[in-house]
Amino acid sequence: MTRWLLALLVLAGLPGFASAAGGGAAYEHANINLSNQASLQRGARNFVNYCMGCHSAQYVRYNRLAEDVGLSEDQMVTNLMWAAEKPHETMEIAMPGSDAERWFGVTPPDLSLIARARGKDYLYTFLKGFYLDDTRPAGVNNIALPGASMPHVLWELQGLRRAQIETDAEGHEVISGYETVVEGQLTEEEYDSFVLDLVNFLVYIAEPVKLERERLGVWVIFFLLVFLLMSYLLKQEYWKDVR
Amino acid sequence: MSSTRPDALPDGGKLSALNDWVNARFPLKKMWDEHAAEYYAPKNFNVWYVFGVLSMVVLVIQLLTGLFLTMNYKPSSAEAFASVEYIMRDVEWGWLIRYMHSTGASAFFIVVYLHMFRAMLYGSYRKPRELVWIIGMLIYLALMAEAFFGYLLPWGQMSYWGAQVIVSLFGAIPGIGESLVEWIRGDFYISDITLNRFFALHVIALPLVLLGLVVAHILALHEVGSNNPDGVEIKNTKGPDGKPLDGIPFHPYYTVKDLVAIVIFLIAFASVMFFAPEMGGYFLEHANFEPANALKTPEHIAPVWYFTPFYAILRAVPDKLMGVILMGLAIGLFFLLPWLDRSPVKSIRYRGWIHKLALTLFAICFVGLGYIGVKPAVGIYPLLGRIFSVGYFAFFLLMPFYTRIDKTKPVPDRVTYHD
Repeated sequence: MTRWLLALLVLAGLPGFASAAGGGAAYEHANINLSNQASLQRGARNFVNYCMGCHSAQYVRYNRLAEDVGLSEDQMVTNLMWAAEKPHETMEIAMPGSDAERWFGVTPPDLSLIARARGKDYLYTFLKGFYLDDTRPAGVNNIALPGASMPHVLWELQGLRRAQIETDAEGHEVISGYETVVEGQLTEEEYDSFVLDLVNFLVYIAEPVKLERERLGVWVIFFLLVFLLMSYLLKQEYWKDVR
Repeated sequence: MSSTRPDALPDGGKLSALNDWVNARFPLKKMWDEHAAEYYAPKNFNVWYVFGVLSMVVLVIQLLTGLFLTMNYKPSSAEAFASVEYIMRDVEWGWLIRYMHSTGASAFFIVVYLHMFRAMLYGSYRKPRELVWIIGMLIYLALMAEAFFGYLLPWGQMSYWGAQVIVSLFGAIPGIGESLVEWIRGDFYISDITLNRFFALHVIALPLVLLGLVVAHILALHEVGSNNPDGVEIKNTKGPDGKPLDGIPFHPYYTVKDLVAIVIFLIAFASVMFFAPEMGGYFLEHANFEPANALKTPEHIAPVWYFTPFYAILRAVPDKLMGVILMGLAIGLFFLLPWLDRSPVKSIRYRGWIHKLALTLFAICFVGLGYIGVKPAVGIYPLLGRIFSVGYFAFFLLMPFYTRIDKTKPVPDRVTYHD
């Protein structure tokens, strides 16, 4: 009995590591769906239209992207591929990093893996989280990344808002709400869905093989379960004569 | 069912002739018999006894996947990060091989920790198995070095800063510290040169050391024979044929039994690999998806989970040198286990409550330290880290006393076995 208790104790500790993950600031949940190809296509369009002026996705190949999100090569060339010559090229940008650093203070990071580095909820909160702040060089600050150097590239869509700052009981300044300064072209719901498509796309490019891996995993585990049954019966057969 | 022994081939067949030809020149049958067909293992092994064979399975996984990764990986600071992404995106099945290798690294430590704990439960380190234990500990040391060198290779932020923190520990050694750190890095900071040498150590030096030690571990084990959950020496009770009454040939009995364990293990392995390869940021850390940047220190640097118990001990001590010494001692004390344990019995089954309590507390301290090691040193964690560190060392240092006064139960002559 004791040995089982001890075994349980040790085993109970292992998943404890896994569940102790992350934490940190409360980000808004991004309810994305990688199997929604229409959303990925819109996300790809949003990405090349709004992000790729400054951000590359240097590990992402156009032709693989088109195949994965369900676009033909022609559709891809006319709609997405403005910064490259050949379909097998990656999503590089023309802006030199040194210039970018002079203009923005930092080189805009490559976004191929941003979703794996920061998480989808962070990205969703970040892209929705700009507010006017005169102390920042770009005129805006961000709730997900205070002191962000990035200008609000999507301001025409979301509009511009000013944060109402209050002091809480412990003397910290907190944002209690926002007032709209400039109306955006999109309604709040439309903007959320625009950002969600973009986040979906960023999650896809961070690990293009994700759906394929999960699909394959089901079959591998199914095979192993059948194999388990066989190997168990084999073991029982051999061990019949051990007493 | 016909026997699978190589000497049981049909008479006069060509295979039989080949078999004879080989055996006249190479001890194939002799080795097979010694280590499988006539290696008598106790029949009462329980589930704790599968982790040795599982460690071998993981070792093979790591060697094979590592070989294929090496074909596409580029050990240079300019190309390393991109070459890993190239493997993940452009190499056929590269993602699968890479996830196997990254999951394998953590799986290796899980099975090795459980394997070590098994030895502690049933006194497998006790006479006459002291060398089996010490060689095993050397394997563990080599494994830690192998994992540490390998972790730099993806050249992510955590690779870089984790290596920076661990290498700088050697700087705490008085006098030679700073020059030693420079010598290890080959540079004034973790650089392309460091990456190149870590790559060489990871793919050649340590795998060779590991393989050699594993062979020695098994040879030593097969010389003295396996322990078992009762801690009874099966060699003491032999039948008229000179074979242990409580022993069964490793092959086929344990080969088929271990196969079941291997398949169950592979199911768990595949579940992580296919559905949670990052394992919540513990098997693949989030910050490691950003390329190494020598100018940007991450907010929170924690080593990979399998080093965190020792990292927590290091942090529990305010003085860096003392911390490093205690961390070294935390590993070194394991080597002395065969001589610290003075109990007349081996297995936990026949020990008294004091040892059972001590081992339980030790397990709690070890897991607790591992948990604290991944957390930032704020709030209650530093205090808990100190309490667990004291518990960790007390387990070893007080062992000669509590194992002697602990009341033990009588050990049976034969192993207990129920169908």
